[in-house]
Formats: sequence, structure tokens, C-alpha cells
Amino acid sequence: MSPVAASTTPTGTALVRAENVHKSFGPNEVLKGINLEVNAGEVVCLLGASGSGKSTFLRCINHLETVSNGRIWVGGNVVGYRQVGNSLHELSDKEAARQRQHIGMVFQRFNLFPHMTVLENIIEGPVLVKKERATEAKRHASELLARVGLAGRENSYPRQLSGGQQQRVAIARALAMKPELILFDEPTSALDPELVGEVLDVMKDLARSGLTMIVVTHEIGFAKEVADRVAFMHNGQIVEIGPPAEVLGNPQHERTKAFLSRVL
Amino acid sequence: MNTETEPRVARAAESPELKIVPRRHIGRWVGAGAVVLLLVWLGVSFSRAQIDWPTVQQYLTVPVLIQGIGVAIVLTIVAMVIGLVLGVVSAIMRLSKNPVTSGVAWLYIWVFRGTPVYLQLLMWFNLALIFPYIGIPGIFQGRMIDILTPFVAASIGLGLNQGAYTSEVVRSGILSVDEGQTEAAQAVGMTRLQAMRRIVLPQAMRVIIPPVGNEVIGMLKTTSLASAIGVSEILSEAQHIYYVNNRIMELLIVCAVWYLGAVSLLSIGQYYLERFFAKGSSSKQLPPTPFQRLLGIFGTNRKAFS
Ligand SMILES: Nc1ncnc2c1ncn2[C@@H]1O[C@H](COP(=O)(O)OP(=O)(O)OP(=O)(O)O)[C@@H](O)[C@H]1O
Ligand SMILES: [Mg+2]
Repeated sequence: MSPVAASTTPTGTALVRAENVHKSFGPNEVLKGINLEVNAGEVVCLLGASGSGKSTFLRCINHLETVSNGRIWVGGNVVGYRQVGNSLHELSDKEAARQRQHIGMVFQRFNLFPHMTVLENIIEGPVLVKKERATEAKRHASELLARVGLAGRENSYPRQLSGGQQQRVAIARALAMKPELILFDEPTSALDPELVGEVLDVMKDLARSGLTMIVVTHEIGFAKEVADRVAFMHNGQIVEIGPPAEVLGNPQHERTKAFLSRVL
Repeated sequence: MNTETEPRVARAAESPELKIVPRRHIGRWVGAGAVVLLLVWLGVSFSRAQIDWPTVQQYLTVPVLIQGIGVAIVLTIVAMVIGLVLGVVSAIMRLSKNPVTSGVAWLYIWVFRGTPVYLQLLMWFNLALIFPYIGIPGIFQGRMIDILTPFVAASIGLGLNQGAYTSEVVRSGILSVDEGQTEAAQAVGMTRLQAMRRIVLPQAMRVIIPPVGNEVIGMLKTTSLASAIGVSEILSEAQHIYYVNNRIMELLIVCAVWYLGAVSLLSIGQYYLERFFAKGSSSKQLPPTPFQRLLGIFGTNRKAFS
């Protein structure tokens, strides 16, 4: 069992709360005790060198990976578990799927469904999972497409779109589930430089609209402009966290300094 | 060396009006000639052979033989449906993390791929010897020989055997789909099973269909084995006829024509199935089908291209 008492409940207004999160792949400990609170409406950018565990942490938040130790709460629920009295029961696949409905995710390599049109990609979740009516889901999808600047591209297939357009469809697909939190894992890293801007613009718009976002990124400019807080990860731990002006402008930790001097 | 080659290169560059002599493909011409000769020889020998072509033509439309190829086609379809269902289920079971589940699937494949179909058919047909009665206590009870008719036994036997082969094809299809697809599906709240059904399998179909198409054609021919357990398919019917009239080759040629016809039909079906699952696989529009092209030539159906 985990050292954290089962009855511990999140305090304050934090939407996401990670407590002492550890994750190992076999003998290789990738996350070494992560603590993080993200408030509703907040945008937190995760920075860090390759292999520092950013993706792994993000994937733990929506239970694509199970944590080895520690606990994560999203919206008052323990991720991957159901609390009954004083005990935690591991969720079945079905229950875990239900929990994920409220957490959107945008991947580095888009992962759009290539055999479906843009519209089908977006309405698949709402119709299949949330049992929304198709007409309603389609109307909402068209609105979302307009919002990400892709009005009228409903019937294209993903392969007929540029990388930047595909990533914006992926964002619309995540938004269609009306999530309370969206996780972004290096959403612009697979894009040609001239396409990065259009995706970041959409994300800035989302941030302004009050969506809670955790963004793994190497785009320091974006973090500076949009993030409420920036966390710097090194070797499976968050070594520095704070407002972008502090962490990016006046880093304290040696690793943060070294990293920033390399990317800036 | 140098002094000899350099001037030659220079001269070639200076004279622009050199005549181009295309490369002669002597080997190809000789090869093509040999093939044509062989075909002519084959044609001549068949026309001189003691084949009674009017008999072939006469038997081509005999009802029992048409029924026979009909039985073969129906048996193919039934066995392939059983095979596909078992193949998909056992492929998913083999990919399961539960060792019991994947072990059962492995055992099924091991047994049914490891013994001859012919043997399996005989065993199904003779199952009544060891289980004379079949049923669920209190609900249903029957004699095995009434239930396991030759056709039913053949369907089950061929289907189970096919499933063991299809399983591996389906498994490789599933493995060919990027893991990120399942994760993206889970991220919008799908269960693993929903992700498999809606996202992974439709994409795996592109890899699965060509080998399965091959197996459908193989199955059509394997149905002739079912005659061993008393199914009246085309080959056994033809044998019944030639035992009486002794027109052996003529009747076998009739069977060959029917098999070829049925296989051609199935290949057309495969072509359209592959097109259907190729949706979104390329950034370009799919090329028109031969049928659409034909319509396009005669200008009767403009919509075929749009
Ligand atoms: N499924 C896995 N099995 C084994 N090891 C893994 C697995 N996933 C990640 N790792 C290891 O965990 C470590 C952290 O990986 P992670 O992908 O979280 O890093 P990251 O910070 O996202 O790096 P990047 O910037 O390159 O994406 C790496 O050393 C990686 O090899
Ligand atoms: Mg990563």
C-alpha cells in the first residue's frame, strides 16, 4: 500500500493534486516523488530535459500509466481508484474510461484516427462514449472547428491536412468531450517551424478562455506569455516551480539555468 | 589510361548529332518467342487430345454441378465467417495480458493448425461415436447424428481450422496499428474494447484483407475435402457422373471452369472490400474502379468521378 493515508482528500481549490508520485519501469525509477497542485483555470507549463519524466507524469494524470507509489487527484477523485470509505479500489477498464472523459489529451504526434474524417474524429468520443445525439455532436464539432480556424474542413481526412492543421483538429477532438482539464504533451514538437505559431495561437485562446491546462513544451516564449506557473523537471522531480518571470527570468536551480541557457 | 579516355569523352560532348541506338533486349525476345511456341503447342495438343468439347459444354450447365459449386460457395462463406470470428476473438485473446486467456488461444491455434484439416473433418463427422447425445440438461437434448449433418460438420471443421490461421493474420494486423491510436481512443474515454472495435480493427483491416482474401480462395478449393464426409459439393458430384459415363477429363474441366468462375467473383469482392478499408489511407482520392472508368468512358455517369 501507499504510504499516503487513503482518507486524505484534496484541500483547497486545486483541480489537480499530485502527491509524492513515483513511477518505475522495472528497475528504472522515472518519477521520484512529484508534488504539484494545479488550480482550476490555471495554465502550468512543464519544462525539462529529454528523459526527465515529463511525458510519464502527464500520462499518469489520465491513467495511461499507473503510478507505482503516491497519488493523483483530479476533481476530487483519485486517478485510477474509487474511494469506498477508507479503502481505495482499483478501477475496472470501464470505470477508468469514464474517469478519462473529463481529462483531454493532445499528443506530440497528433494520433488522429486516419480512417475517419475530421468530423468523425471529433464526434467519435461524444457519440460513442457520452451517447450524445449525432446531430448535436456534429453541430458542436463544427463550432469547435471554427474556433481552431478550420471551418469547413469537416470532410477532409487527416492525411489531407498539414501537421499544424492536424494538431488543431486533435485539440478540437479533445475539446469536444468538454473536459475540465487538458494535458498537452509537446504539441508543437513534431511540427515544421512555420506551423508552430498557428497551434500555439489556438492554445493561447484556450488559456484565455479559462481552461485548465498542463502543457509539456519546449516553447519558452509560449510559457513566458501564457503560463501562470512554470515547473522545471529534472531527473524525475520538480526542482523549481513558480511564475514564469521568476523561473524563466531568474532561475535559482543550477539545472534550470543550464537548461535555459541551452534552449534560449 | 588517362590520355586515352579523356579525348574520347571530350569528342562525344562536342558532337551533338550522335545517333541513339536503343538497347536490344535479345533475351526478352527469345523468352517471349519460347513462351508463345509453348502455348501454341499446348493449344494444338489439347485440340487434338481426345477431349469431347461438346460434352464439356453440355455438362457445364447441369443442375447438380451448379448446385455443387453453390454448396462449395455457401460452405466457403459459412466456414470463413466462423473462421473470421474465431480468428478475431483468439487474436485479441492472444494479445491479452492475462496468461490464461492468451494460453487458451495459443492452445487452440496449436491444435487446429497442427493437424490436417482432413483429419479434423473426419473427427467432427464421427463425433457421434464418442458423444452419441448432445444437449443442455433440462432444456434441450438431441442425437448427435441428427444435429451434426455432413454440412454442419464440414462448416464447423473447416471454420475452426480456418480460425487458427486467421488468428495469426488478425494478430499481425492489430500489431501493425500504432499504439498511439489506442491511447488517443482511451484519452477520449473509450474502453479498451471500444478502442479495439472502432479504432484499431478498422485500421488493421488493410493488413488483414489481402491474406484473408487468399485464404477465402484456398477455402473454396478445400471444400472439396468435405466430400469425404458426404457433402455433395461439385467435385464429388462430378465424380458420381464420370463413374457412370467415363467422361473423366471432360467433367474435371467443367469443375475447373466453375472453380475459376467462383474465384474470379470472390476476387472482385476482395477488390471492393480493400477499397472500402483504404478510406483515408492516402492524401489523394482513390482512383476510380474499373467499372467507374468504363462508365466514364461512355459518359453515362459523371458522378462516378466526383
Ligand atoms: N513504457 C516505458 N517503459 C520503459 N521505460 C520507459 C517507458 N516510458 C518511458 N520510459 C523511460 O522513462 C524515462 C522518462 O521518459 P519520458 O518520456 O517521461 O521523458 P520526457 O521528459 O517526456 O522526455 P522527452 O522530452 O524526450 O519527451 C526515459 O528514460 C524513458 O526511457
Ligand atoms: Mg515526452
